[in-house]
Order: sequence, then C-alpha cells, then structure tokens
Amino acid sequence: MPGGLLGIESLDRVEIEGILDRAKRFQPRQTDSKKSDQLRGRMIVNLFFEASTRTRTSFEIAAKRLGADAISITASASSVSKGESLVDTLNTLGAMHPDAIVMRHAASGAPHFLARYLVETPIINAGDGTHEHPTQALLDARTILDRRPTLEGLRVAIIGDIAHSRVARSNMYLLSKFGAHIVLCGPASLLPPELAHLAPNISLTHKMEDAIRDADVIMMLRVQLERQHEAAFSANEYFQFYGLRLEHMSLAKPDAIVMHPGPINRGREISSEVADSQRSVILNQVENGIAVRMAVLERILGN
Amino acid sequence: MSKLIIRNGRVMDPASRLDAVCDVAIEDGRIAGIGPNIDVAGSIELDASGLMVAPGFIDMHVHLREPGFEHAETIESGSRAAAAGGFTSICCMPNTSPVNDNATVTSYIIERAQRHAVVNVFPIGAITKGSAGEQLAAIGLMKDAGIVAISDDGRPVMNARVMRRAMETARSFGLPVIDHCEDLHLSSGGDMNEGVQSVRLGLRGIPAASEDVMVARDILLAELTGAHFHVAHISSRHSVEMLAFAKARGLAVTSEATPHHFALSDSEMPDYDSNYKMKPPLRSTCDVAAITAGIVSGAIDAIATDHAPHAGSEKMQEFEQCPFGILGLETAIGITLERLVHPGKISLLRMVELFTTGPDRVLNLNRGRLAVGAPADVTLFDTERSWTYDVNRSASKSRNSPFDGHTFRGGPVATLVSGKVVWAADHVGLGIPAASQ
Repeated sequence: MPGGLLGIESLDRVEIEGILDRAKRFQPRQTDSKKSDQLRGRMIVNLFFEASTRTRTSFEIAAKRLGADAISITASASSVSKGESLVDTLNTLGAMHPDAIVMRHAASGAPHFLARYLVETPIINAGDGTHEHPTQALLDARTILDRRPTLEGLRVAIIGDIAHSRVARSNMYLLSKFGAHIVLCGPASLLPPELAHLAPNISLTHKMEDAIRDADVIMMLRVQLERQHEAAFSANEYFQFYGLRLEHMSLAKPDAIVMHPGPINRGREISSEVADSQRSVILNQVENGIAVRMAVLERILGN
Repeated sequence: MSKLIIRNGRVMDPASRLDAVCDVAIEDGRIAGIGPNIDVAGSIELDASGLMVAPGFIDMHVHLREPGFEHAETIESGSRAAAAGGFTSICCMPNTSPVNDNATVTSYIIERAQRHAVVNVFPIGAITKGSAGEQLAAIGLMKDAGIVAISDDGRPVMNARVMRRAMETARSFGLPVIDHCEDLHLSSGGDMNEGVQSVRLGLRGIPAASEDVMVARDILLAELTGAHFHVAHISSRHSVEMLAFAKARGLAVTSEATPHHFALSDSEMPDYDSNYKMKPPLRSTCDVAAITAGIVSGAIDAIATDHAPHAGSEKMQEFEQCPFGILGLETAIGITLERLVHPGKISLLRMVELFTTGPDRVLNLNRGRLAVGAPADVTLFDTERSWTYDVNRSASKSRNSPFDGHTFRGGPVATLVSGKVVWAADHVGLGIPAASQ
C-alpha cells in the first residue's frame, strides 16, 4: 500500500488478507505493553479534525507498540482554529517530514484531496466524513474472523443510519469482496436505494426483522443525533423500529454476534441487555483496533 | 477608417441560412458586403481559406466577478477569455458585490466594459434587491441603464409570489426572466448530483427534482403572467421534457445548456475533484443524453458557458467547502465540436445558431447576424486542427477547469469585434498587422 490507506473500496483481497493475517499475529501484543523497534525512529502524526476517543488512542498505542513516535494533534488545539486552510496545515506538517499522517476529518474526501497535494507523505484515513473508515472495517473483519473460519457466505445485517455512515461503507466494500451477503436496514431517509449499487451482494430492507433473520453478524450503527431530524423519527420511535433488543436475537442464527463501532447509545439503537450480552463483541472490536492498526502502520511504514 | 476583407472562408449565417464559401467585407466597423470576389480598394485582406466565418458568438451567461471579486476575474480578463474562446458578446450575471440590482451598478459595469473590455458586455440585472429574494430590484431603471435581462442566478427566488411580480414587471419592460432553477430547500447542502456517485463518495446529493420543480413552477408562472421565462443551464431530462411541453403550448419559454452538461456526467468526475463541482451539478448519463437530444430537437435554444471563475485558494479546499462553478469561455467551441458536431448530432450551421441567433432571440441584442450594415462582430473557427487546452495559459484570472490538458479537434481561430481583431490563435498568420488590434 504505497501512498497510505484511503479506503477499502480500492483494495484487493490479497492486500486485505495480508493485513488481517498480520493483525492476528499482533493480537498477543494488544495486552502486552512492551515496545518493539520495527518502526523505531519513525514519526507518525495523528491529525484529528473531529472528536475521537477510540480511533485516536488505538492508533497512538499501535504506533508506540511498534516503536514509532506518535504525535497527536486535535484540530481545536491547532492553527486550524486560527483560520488556516487544510492545505496549509498539511503543508506545514509535511515540511516537518513525518513518515505518515493519520487523519480524521469531517469532510468526505478530505484525505483524498490532501493525498493529491502531499504526494511525499502517506496518509492513513481514520474516517472521512460520511465516506470511509477503512481501519474500522479491517478490525471488524478481524473480529468476525476470530469467531468464523471465513467471511464467505456469512449473512451480515448492518442497521441504522447507513446514508451517513463511513463505517457502513467500508464494511460493505470489505465484506462484499469476500463473498458475504450484506443486508442494509434503516429508515427510508437514511437508506438511499443507490446503496445497492455500490458493491455486489447487497440488499436493502426497512424492516428490522427481515434484516436480522438468519443473520450471522448484526452490526449496529450509532444514531447520529445531529442527523436525527432527517430520519423524522423521535428517539422513542427510532428505538421501537430500529433499536436492537433481546427479542430480536431469536431471529438470528443461534451463534450470531452483535457488533457496534462505538460509542454506543444505550436505549437508542441498542438495548443494554444486548450490548452487555454474551453475543456482544463490542469490546473485542476495540481490542482488535490495536492489532489491526499495528498491521496497517507496519504495512505502510515497514521496509 | 479601416477596410478589411475576410477572403474565402466558409461563411455561415443562420439568420439568412447562408452557408457558402465567399468573402465578407468590413468597413468602419460594420459589415459592408457579403459575396464572392468582393473587391474594395485599399482593404487589408485576411485569408480565411479552410476556416468557418460566423457571426460573432454570444455567451449569454458568464460571471465577470467585477465589482467585488476582482481576485478571481475582472471585466477585462473575462472579456479576454471570451475573445480567446471566440465570443464577441457576453452577458454578465449580477452576483457581484455589490449586486447589480440598481442602475448605478449597471452603469458602472457598462463604463468599465467600454474602457477595459475587448468584447461587448451586456449586463444582466438582479431580480430582487441584493438577490435576497424578497423585494424587487429597480428593474425599469436598470433596463434604461442597459440591462438585457433579469436573473437572481445562484440565489434563485424561492417565493413564487415574488417571482410572479418579477415576471409581470419584466414583461412590462420587455425583458426576459432568466432563472437558475433550483429549489434551495430540496438541494440544501448538496455538493453533487444525487445518485450512485454521491452515495458512493459520501457527498450530499442535489436531486434533479430540485431543478424540475422550479422549472415547472416558472413555466406555470410564465403562463400566468405572459412573461418570457428563460431556463439557465438546464441539466435535467425532466426539465427538457417540460420545456418542450411548454413550447408546444406556445408559451414564451426558452433555455440554454452549458457545454459541460452535455459533455460530462457525474460518473466522470475524478473522486473529489473540485474542478468538477458546479451548479447545477453534472448529472447522470441519461440527463446528458437528454440535454443533447434537446439541443438537437430545438427544445434548447442556446449554448451558454456559465463561465464561473474562482481563485485557486477557493477551489483548493475540502470538496464540500469549495465554491460551485468552472471556467467555460475558452473551451466551449472545442467541446461543442467534439460532442455535437463531429459525432454528427448537429450540423455546423445549427452549432453557429446555438451561439448566435439562438441567444440573440432570447435577449434581443441585435447581434448574431452577418448582414450588411450590422456591427462587424465575426468569429473565425476551424473544425480540424488539434490543440490542447492549457488552463495555465488562460486569459482568465482563474484556473478552475475540468478540461485542462484536454485535446480538442477544432476551435476558435480569430475574434473580431466591430471590425477589430481582438484575438487570434498563436498559430495563425492572418496577415493582419498587429496595429489593427
């Protein structure tokens, strides 16, 4: 992956498998704070223009476990708040010659735009607007593969505000490439029909029961409160129709798992009983974030 | 004064349906004669063998950015880009700062143009004060000062009652109402055409319906008021259908299409390239086909560029932050030849019509004809020479074009305004002394 990691859409299976296999080898080091020296002397800038706890922290930990220096900058603390343009901010950082920039931005395509101007520095997309969040899809795939031999033939329900979800897009691309069947489910205004054309093996439904029936994996998405008006549902009504509750679980496969990229809104898109149940792998996802990001950094920065 | 003969060109004049190899004589800035083997003593001769000789092209939709945004374009630089694109007359939209919503601004633009522009500049006045969509602008006074139409381009009038009053007023002053048809509530926050691409890229979509509902509203209001309603930069297939319907009903309804809307679809945009961001956005391939069909059928009356310069810093931002609009003047002829004439969709004479009598019939500029006594505005172009557009050499002050680096077959060769050569392509030795410029 020369030039960084902008999205899952343009990756092929071999590249994805390579990262997932490598991430598996890194899993023991998630709980072992010893540093290695694979990326010693390398500098990684984490540039976050949008609030993030888990993604930023897990990129930082991943970098440090590999021996790299990680510097985290949040937009409000930087010159961005003084009116500097994105290009100028990145040029300034680029002039300090970091070995990679991990970037989260509220605008779709912001890392792609920068990659065109900052050709020397690999850019790793840590979430761009409503477009892609590639490392999330990779850690989700790692989490599923920790429990299933293959993604092929799995039935994966993704439920919630699909239209505005970068997690959904990256997961759709990844799962589709490996032959999973993806059922997208959400209120009509948050589920544009064009989604079915983004990749093979995608179907759409507005009925939660249809999405969950026989599912191997149920991925819940965070209700984006700031976009709730577009769905025209009150919190109550939303939970009634699109919230995951214990009673739904009998529709899914007996060993189905429940995933969520976090942060979860209990009682909005998922009930506490489900979130805290044996079926939930939400914390495993967080753990795998470190191994997967180690694999990505190694892939991009390693020799 | 000077005498000039344009020799042996293929002279095309849609108004008289003339299409023949002959000469055009110019005297004192006016057409003095058209025919074979004209002989006028003391004339400068201009060899146009192999070239098309057409009435000066009119671009009825450009943004010159002056006053207020001179960092992006000026009346002078925009007019030079027009000349380089083969245009002899351009109509400038009122979204300057201040907005051209009163006779003082109109007169300012006309005076600046007389002093600095190399082509004819016809201002278009605002519909409402500040283009805020509430109170009507000083339409009559602007008409006396020289506007040729009214439009709140870019900030369309949302209130149907205000639009109705505007149409009534415009009708009484004999002005067309040009509407940038966009329901701002429906398009709200959108950055590109709503479709698979916008969903794929995670960009907010602008549905074609946001154009269609306003075209429908304005057609009904034009029927109610008897006004002449002109659809700016039509981009959606349903709008073309409605326009054909309105014309069949005998309403005074016309429209223009831009080269980019019949040349490009949303699927051709390189991911997040802001040089492909404009309003209306590039639509689906079905819409592109419908615009082309509308041009062929006559539902669409004119080609206009919507030349919209933006400084580099404005376009060098996150896609959703970038302003809408692209350059258009210098590539219009090349694109039209490539997409419409060379594939055999329209004839050369129809192409000339779309750039001359087409817009002139909308605006009554009394331009766009090669007739004895008419101002000698002439566009010379060729249909075969290969050339590559280099936006860094553009006469415009801005660089926002998706056609940078594109190689065209045929393009503008020389531009004459009132008998004066205001631009000629680098390669041309027309035998015209530089002094005549």
